[in-house]
Amino acid sequence: MNANLEQIKQEIISGAEGLNSSKEVYEFKKKFLDGKTGKIGLLMKEMKNIAPEERADYGKGVNELKVWALDYLGQLDTKMKAKELQDKYESEKIDISLPAVESEEGNLHPITLIRNQLIDIFAGMGFEIYEGTEIETDYYNFTALNTPQDHPARDMQDTFYLSPEFLLRTQTSAGQIHVMEKQQPPIKILSPGKVFRSDDDATHSPMFTQMEGLVVDKGITLCDLQGMLDEFVKKIYGEGTKTRLRPSYFPFTEPSVEVDCSCFECGGTGCKLCKGTGWIEILGAGVVNNKVLENCGIDSNVYSGFAFGIGIERTAMLKYGINNIKLLFESDLRVLKQLND
Amino acid sequence: MITPLSWLKEYVDIDVTPQELQDKLFSCGFEVEELYEVGKDISKVVVGHVLTCEAIPDTHLHVCQVDCGEHGQFQICCGADNVKAGGKFPAALVGATVYATAKDHKTVEGVMTIGKGKLRGYESHGMLCSGVELGVSENMYPGAGYNGLLVLPEDAPVGADVKPILGLDDWIFDIAITANRPDCQSIYGIAREVAAVLEKDLKEPALDYTESAETLEGFTVTVDCPDLCPRYSAHYVTDVKIAESPAWMKRRLALVGIDAISNVVDITNYILKELGQPMHAFDLATLEGNAINVRRAKNGEPITTLDGQELTLTDANMVICDGVKPVALAGVMGGLNSEIRDTTGSVLFESAKFARDNIRRTSRALGKRSDSSARYEKGVDEYATVMAMKRALHLIEELGCGKVSSLHVDVNTGNSVEPRELTVSIDKVNKVLGIVVPNEDIMRIMKNLTFAPKIEGDNLTIQVPAYREDMETYQDVAEEVIRLYGYEHVVPAFMPSAKVTIGGLNLVQKSELKLKKALCSVGAYECIHYSFFSPADLDMLRFAEDAVERKAIRLLNPITEELSLMRTTLAASMVNAIARNQKRGNLEGRLFEIGNVFLPYELPLTQYPDEKARLCVGIFGDKESFYTMKGIAEKIADTLQLKFTYESATTTFTHPYQTACIKCDGQEIGYFGKLAYDIADEQDLRTQAFIMEIDLKVVSQWYGKKPVFQPLPKFPEEQRDLAIVVPKETTCGEIEAVMQDACKYITKITLFDIYEGEQIAADKKSMAFSVVFTPKEEAFGADSVDAFVKKILKQLNKNCGAELRS
Repeated sequence: MNANLEQIKQEIISGAEGLNSSKEVYEFKKKFLDGKTGKIGLLMKEMKNIAPEERADYGKGVNELKVWALDYLGQLDTKMKAKELQDKYESEKIDISLPAVESEEGNLHPITLIRNQLIDIFAGMGFEIYEGTEIETDYYNFTALNTPQDHPARDMQDTFYLSPEFLLRTQTSAGQIHVMEKQQPPIKILSPGKVFRSDDDATHSPMFTQMEGLVVDKGITLCDLQGMLDEFVKKIYGEGTKTRLRPSYFPFTEPSVEVDCSCFECGGTGCKLCKGTGWIEILGAGVVNNKVLENCGIDSNVYSGFAFGIGIERTAMLKYGINNIKLLFESDLRVLKQLND
Repeated sequence: MITPLSWLKEYVDIDVTPQELQDKLFSCGFEVEELYEVGKDISKVVVGHVLTCEAIPDTHLHVCQVDCGEHGQFQICCGADNVKAGGKFPAALVGATVYATAKDHKTVEGVMTIGKGKLRGYESHGMLCSGVELGVSENMYPGAGYNGLLVLPEDAPVGADVKPILGLDDWIFDIAITANRPDCQSIYGIAREVAAVLEKDLKEPALDYTESAETLEGFTVTVDCPDLCPRYSAHYVTDVKIAESPAWMKRRLALVGIDAISNVVDITNYILKELGQPMHAFDLATLEGNAINVRRAKNGEPITTLDGQELTLTDANMVICDGVKPVALAGVMGGLNSEIRDTTGSVLFESAKFARDNIRRTSRALGKRSDSSARYEKGVDEYATVMAMKRALHLIEELGCGKVSSLHVDVNTGNSVEPRELTVSIDKVNKVLGIVVPNEDIMRIMKNLTFAPKIEGDNLTIQVPAYREDMETYQDVAEEVIRLYGYEHVVPAFMPSAKVTIGGLNLVQKSELKLKKALCSVGAYECIHYSFFSPADLDMLRFAEDAVERKAIRLLNPITEELSLMRTTLAASMVNAIARNQKRGNLEGRLFEIGNVFLPYELPLTQYPDEKARLCVGIFGDKESFYTMKGIAEKIADTLQLKFTYESATTTFTHPYQTACIKCDGQEIGYFGKLAYDIADEQDLRTQAFIMEIDLKVVSQWYGKKPVFQPLPKFPEEQRDLAIVVPKETTCGEIEAVMQDACKYITKITLFDIYEGEQIAADKKSMAFSVVFTPKEEAFGADSVDAFVKKILKQLNKNCGAELRS
């Protein structure tokens, strides 16, 4: 072999020993193998100075050297890159026990959560959602709901007045009238919203949320109310939940009932939540008083209906075990963050 | 309604346990809120016969040997001054529970259990008790008020439980009465229901009396305001001897929480509880002019009520006058000038029906409540009004405290106290309920309610007693039937005859929910605040005197001044929520609320105000900035498929240079900005806060906008980075606008660096943008993008003085 070729080979072998990175390998490789400027490349240009009879051997020798160098330096490169990758990994060693970086997602207010849950249930039963106004007239809030001026039921609700005529609605039932005035049966509406009463203690807030349901159609009876309530409590509190109706009084329904459901904490055997009775009061309801239908121009000889009203805060407080209604309106992040449902 | 079982038993034979009665009342619509034995805290106290009683030297104590019959004989030490051998006293055995009293022997301090004790070296196995220690007052048992031992009758059986002797085995029902049943606001009213539910006879209280020939010549009663006083009856009683009431009456009054005063006053209170009719007794000697006149008060008319309070009345109030002056505030309280005194020799009883809302308003307006006004507010019926007068006169005779004269005056607007006939269709009754109640059950229930029912074909005819003013229609009958038939008979159905309806949220509701969820996704928590706020909140936000926010609707009867105005902005509640959080150590966070503001068209209100939804976002903490809030605004825009633009703006409560108004489609929809430092200081905020408010009523016009699909570019896009140097005051928005103007192919401009500092002139800044060019009809030629850049730079130089950064 050409002494020159051997010298280059030795040069590569000794030179490669001093290489420390794939980048150096790359530069080193270029020095020898670059087509135009590399030492092995230049050997090819020497061809014209070689005697013609030696050219074949020379060419073969240069080619062998080139193949060898590519392989030799290629292996070195692979080795170097593997080491470098390992070094990079080593350098990025972390303490996996450090606390997680939180990607914070907020959540809906518990009242909205309950509200949405109820809306889902009743929307599935064919109820439309109607939101009335918070400021109402005395007529829509009371008179049309069979609660005239001197009616004792007005004592049940301490009303905030804005003028002799306008007030803050004390019940979402006010919305019933607007709907029935505009629409003849069949009517199936669910009316959620803020209501106001002059009451302020651990379980009463001057503002709270109600959801009123109303069905008016032909042949609606107390049995339909019971049937719908049974469906509703099973969906919200679980399959085994039972309901119990007991007499009560609301001016706009007759008969009126309070509805209890079997305690979802103890299943009806009696516990702290249900005060040992096995039952929890969940809503008020009844058959729509004919006077209310007539006030809205609906013929009570043809149509009948039922209505019910649920207190959302009470449902939320029971569900999440919140003991003071004020916590729902204080926007304390320590409270809001817990109620992620 | 506090109802002692012993009193109920006066009118009905009750043969069920108190707990059974509670359940029966509950299922027919009368919830017993509390049921307890009068002596619930007292146990193991028996009749003790003191056999020997020896003084312990140098003390006030005695050591006694007490015979407790079957329980044994015990040595008990006693400090009471009336302990004596041969006496019978309540003896609390070891293990008994009685009330612990303070040093005064009068104030109850809880319940204690009696243990073995040793006093001055003498063992004591029990305790002899006073009335206070057993929870028995003088009115409940004569002699019990003595500050010493309660003396038991000589014939009390030794060793017997003292509870029946002292009436401690009685039960109290605290019954909730619904507003439609004012007739049950009395013991007798409850008894009527108990009789119905137990299917027992009702015993009417004695109403008989004998009238003397005595009368008052020319005495007149006139009612000037029959709308407020549909019935007024008066009866004159002579030869009155004011004295103590008998023990039975004092005891009953004590059980319902009323202190006995004197026989005549006690009779009125007794009847209020027994029959639910407020009565009043005037000292006849104080009445002038031989007359009673019921009229509206005059504006400014004064009266002094019998509690000594001077009141100034208006014509919204009603007064009872004699021939000269007001002597009572009708339905609320008697006048001081005519009250019953020890010297009273003759009285005029009043039994009247007053309009319930007049009494309610008077009571509220004057801040004056009494048992009488509380009762009138619920509504009394004329049946009770008539019955009560007879009962009062009977009791006058029974108690021997006067003679019933023949002077009875009754002013009546013509209402009958006789039963009304009501005929309803049984089919309709059943159709309310959805079940068929057998006719014999309907008959039974109606009979038990003393409605004297008759059935002919489909017709049910009943005689409705005058006290049942609530019974008007077949629906009312249906309720009576089902509450006594039992709600357990109702069979669940699912609207078999109703039409199918499609339910669900409407567009506005869906969009608001979508918006809420988007805000949650950027780490914000939903809150709900009161719809009212405080005048101080308006000052906090520095609103100008004539600002629209100050034109807030005022509550006529707010709970407090802090909750007296309807919100005209959500920002105040949000600032307060942030301040509250910071006070509690939450120094960073994101909150949002969707709520209504209430903007009146005029004040006072004569039409519904503009009640409209707004969104308010509040973010606070060191990591937040104007731009994080702007990011939230962009999130809102993206969620609703809208494009927001921002312009510098100011509000009275935000940073003058870090506030933007938000526009969409040329319309202003809201603002956001950094909370002004002076307000933040006032609120003790420890970290910066930013507030945004958006008018959702305006935004709602774009709800439901569907995303429009943009076909992908046919030809490759090109991107260039441009770093330019501009005067410091040049805004990013200005530069972007010039770029966009200069080249129609620009589809995206992103600022990725801003630099101010050593390498740049002091009044300049460097801004680096990444600009994307998208070809439209054909691919870009070799040098076309370079040409665009050149043009853009030229325009930037011309309009903003921008230079390419070298």
